[in-house]
Formats: sequence, structure tokens, C-alpha cells
Amino acid sequence: MQSKNRTALFPYVIWIALFVIAPIALVLYYSMLDLSGNFTLENYKNFFSAIYLKMTFTSFWYAFLITFFTLLIAYPTAYLLTKTKHKQLWLMLIIIPSWINLLLKTYAFIGIFGLYGPINAFIEVFGFDPQQILFTDFSFIFVSVYIFIPFMIIPIFNSLDKLNPSLVFAARDLGASSWTTFRRVVFPLTIDGVKSGIQVTFIPALSLFMITRLIAGNQVITLGTAIEQQFLVSQNWGMGSTIAVFLIVFMVLTMMVTGQKKKGGRV
Amino acid sequence: MKQLVQATSAIIIVCLLLFFASRSLESAGAKGSKDTLTVYNWGEYIDPELIDAFEQETGIHVVYETFDSNEAMYTKVQQGGSSYDIAVPSEYMIETMIEDDMLIELDHSLIPNMKNIDPYFLDLPFDPGNKYSTPYFWGTVGIVYNPSMVPEDLTFESWEDLWDERLKDKVFLVDGSREVIGMGLNSLGYSLNLKDDLALREATDKLIELTPNVKAIIGDEITPLMINNEATVALTWSGQAADMMWENEELDFAVPEEGSNLWFDNFVIPKTSKNIEGAHAFINFMLDAENGAQNADYVGYSTPNAASWELMDEEVISDERFYPDVELRERLEVYENLGLKWLGKYNEYFLEFKMNLN
Repeated sequence: MQSKNRTALFPYVIWIALFVIAPIALVLYYSMLDLSGNFTLENYKNFFSAIYLKMTFTSFWYAFLITFFTLLIAYPTAYLLTKTKHKQLWLMLIIIPSWINLLLKTYAFIGIFGLYGPINAFIEVFGFDPQQILFTDFSFIFVSVYIFIPFMIIPIFNSLDKLNPSLVFAARDLGASSWTTFRRVVFPLTIDGVKSGIQVTFIPALSLFMITRLIAGNQVITLGTAIEQQFLVSQNWGMGSTIAVFLIVFMVLTMMVTGQKKKGGRV
Repeated sequence: MKQLVQATSAIIIVCLLLFFASRSLESAGAKGSKDTLTVYNWGEYIDPELIDAFEQETGIHVVYETFDSNEAMYTKVQQGGSSYDIAVPSEYMIETMIEDDMLIELDHSLIPNMKNIDPYFLDLPFDPGNKYSTPYFWGTVGIVYNPSMVPEDLTFESWEDLWDERLKDKVFLVDGSREVIGMGLNSLGYSLNLKDDLALREATDKLIELTPNVKAIIGDEITPLMINNEATVALTWSGQAADMMWENEELDFAVPEEGSNLWFDNFVIPKTSKNIEGAHAFINFMLDAENGAQNADYVGYSTPNAASWELMDEEVISDERFYPDVELRERLEVYENLGLKWLGKYNEYFLEFKMNLN
């Protein structure tokens, strides 16, 4: 029986070896090469210089802000969605914008936020001077949050939708206020959805790069920007790979922190 | 067992598909033959009508592809999967490609229109005797600005004007390490090809002082921003400035006196070429007086084609901002190939500068 199980694993093992292990191994291998292809640990030493540490810190900070605001908007939206009549339709309407190419949406925001764009036209109606919205922290976080919202809503919506309503009724029946019900019953039971939402937002947010140039005008530099520059401009694949290795490490750490506890660990 | 076989074969099929996809991507659809010519050029850098005209005249089908940096072009040609017949690198990249033995020597007898080129642009240090390349366009790096939106005493004859306090949050820079670090070096009176850590440090520190004035560091997106008066001052290439000024007549362009970059983009035939004869015909076609004039009108960059000058608008040719005289050109510097080590350093300093923006 057991040997049959092992053979059944065979395709998965090849798949993972070819498309997960091999690329990561290649990244690791390249990260230990210098410009002329000799073995070195110099790249790792460089990573611990002030520039890259500061960049790591800013990447984390912005990824945190983006995830925080995305969650702040996505959770109530998902909650309200489960209360609507045609929830699948509403969910669909929220997801559809994510079918549009990311770059296209980003370019649209350049026009929307422009000095002569609709937002400034709107605030001028109220007698305010046009504001430079593009190339600020605000515009960067706004656009990123906008892009990640659907990805955060889906897992939260699913876990809220699966929540057995009788649990809520029971809590209210036993005298809990609606806030207590939310805090003690609804939120803990949907925490897994929140965690997966955080994973799909925080991890890509760490390595955002195109938006940092188009919307933030390079005022925000993330590790993703640095990787792009190392590969395309400096042609230093070693250093680019080294940053990628650290990014992988950070992602694994994020997965561990937000990882789902084994079922039955707590009775 | 059946499912097992299915799953395994599915993986093998995926692998094969990926393999063939990457093969066909590399060869870029161009099989490379006598009837097709694959041209690899910068974006928005040719009048598409001329490609049609060339196709009609010769019966050769042109496959046109674009790149956005010399480095990206180099990498793709070097990988060799694609059979590019023509590429348009800048001078320092031509030097690298000659060193790396990636180019075919030109047969000058097949390019009679070479006589149209102004002698100034021939036999330059990066390709003595034009063994491997023929001039296509040239230009400078400078500052495009809107005189009605900056204080009157700022004319950008000097790089120092960028550091003026009144330009807070008004300056846009192009996202290129050599342009920006080069500007820092130039503003201190150094050469923009300097390989000296101390000077680069000094230039970076000077650039960091500029950060309060810098609004953003972006790429081609700067063109619509300048045209719509959303940006006031920008560091950019002369041809891009010409594009902007074509649309927005208020704008002006200046090349600061401390010095700046003078660049040349030339035609080359990479060793990947499968239609060497066609490539020569294409170069010759583009160097024709009339075609050259039409192309320069369309693209907006400065042409080295002296015969085309005769046919172009006198006002354009005599515009010192885009056709600086030889004396001014002497003050400008051509990029040298820095080598990967120093290119890496320039980029590290540029990254440090960017980190200080916020």
C-alpha cells in the first residue's frame, strides 16, 4: 500500500523539482557568482551595506502600509458582500477589474492623478488649488491598495461565506453585543481567510517595481526596483540574485508568521 | 497507474512546450532568410512609412522590433537565438560589441550613400574608419524647461541652476544612471567617464543636495507631462526635448556650459544576420538624402546626413539647441564603455541617490 502511495507521488516530485526547486537552486547559484563568474560571497556582504538595509526596511514599511489599508477596506467589503442578495454577482464585479492589465491601470492613474486630471478638477470646484498628487507616498499607496483589494477580498469573502450563521445567532442569543460577537466569534473564525489575504498582498507588495517608477517617480525604492536594475542595467546577475534570495527568505518568514495552525491543535 | 502516466506525460508536455516557446521567442519569429530583414531599433525611432517604402522598393519583408536600452539590446543579440540583421546601438555599446566580436564588417561598396554623411560623424574613436557602423542619429543630454514657469534669471546655461532653491519639487530626471551621475560629475567640472571613487562620492553627495528639488525620476512618461505643463524642468535627451517642443511651443532646451553628453546611435550588422546583403541595402536606403530628411522630420532627433540638411527646413538645421556647432560639440563628451565593474558602481551610487529622495 505504502509503495503504491510513493509511486503516486512521482509526478508531483518531478513537477516540484523542475519548477520549484531547480529555479530556486539556480537563483542561489547565481547569487554566489561575481561579475566574471567566479565563486564569491561578496554579494551577500554588499547586501548588508547601509543602502540595501535601508531599502529592505522601506520595502517592509510600504508593504506593511499597503497590506494594512487593503485589509481595512477589504474586510468590511467582504463582510457586506456576504450580506447582499446577489453576492456572487457583486463578487464578480469586484474581481473583473483585476482582469485588466496592471500596467494599463497604472497608466490610467497617471491621467487621473494629473494636475489637469479629474480629481484636481473636482477639488477645484470647491475652491482649492490643484494639488500635485502624482509622485507622492499617497499616490503610491493608493494605487497599490487599489490593485490588491480584489486579492484580499476573495479569501476573506470565502471564509466569511463558510461561517455557519447559527454560531452568530447563538452568540447574540446568549447576550453578546454585536461588537463582541464580531470580536469573539466572527473574526477568530475567519482569521484563516485574513491570513491568506495578507499573504497574497504582503508578499507581492514587497517586490513591487513598476508602480514605484510610474506612480511614485522613484521616490519609493523597493527591493524589486533594485533587482530590476541589477539585471537590466548593471548586468550584475549575482547581486540581483542575492537580493532575490533575501526576498525569498523574507517571503518564507512571512508565510511562517501568517501560516495556518494545524487543525485540532487547540480543542 | 493510468493517472500516474497521464500526470507524468502532462509534465513532459509542459516541459516540451516551454522549451519550444522559449526557442521561438528567442528567434523572434524571424527565420532569417533572403526575403526578410529583422531590424532591431529603439522605440519611436523611425518613420514607419519608410519601412513600407523600403519593402516596396526591394521586395524584402521587414520585421521590426524595438528595445529600450542598449544593455537589453546587447543581451538579446548576444543570446544569439534571434537573427537580427540590423541593430542601432549607441557609441559605447558599439565599442563593446566590437570587442566581443559580435559585429560584421561593413562592405562600404554596398553603401554608396555613406558619402552623404557629414565627415564630422565619420571615423570616430569608437569605430575608427567606420568598419562596423554607419551614423543614424546623434544628439546631446540637456535640460528642457518651461520659461513661463521658472524664475526669469534661470536659463540653465549652467547645471547649477538646477540647484536653485526656487525649483523645489519641480525637477524631473531621466531614470538612467549614466545621465544622472554624469550630470553630477559635469556640474563639478569632472569628466562623465570618470573611474574614480572619490569623485563619484563627491558627485553623489552633490546630487543628494539636489533631492529637495527632484519631483520624480521617470522614463518616457516625462514627455506627456512636459507637453501638458504638468512638469517644469526635466533632464532629458535632445531628441525627446524636440518632440516635446514640437507639441508645446512654450518649452525651451539648453545644454549647460560645463559640459554634457554627446551621443551617436549607429547602424550595425550583428553576426546573427542571415541577410547581410539586405542589411546593407537597408542602411543605404536610410542614408539616402530624401529618406534621411523625411526620417529626421518624423523622429525629431538630429541627423548626421549632410545631404538631408539641404532638403530640411532651414530653421531646424540652424537651431543651435539641436544642431550645436562644432565648437560647442567639443565641450561635450562621448560616453566611454565603463566596463561592468564601474557600470555597477555608477548604478550603486545612483541607487543611493534615489534612496535619498524621500
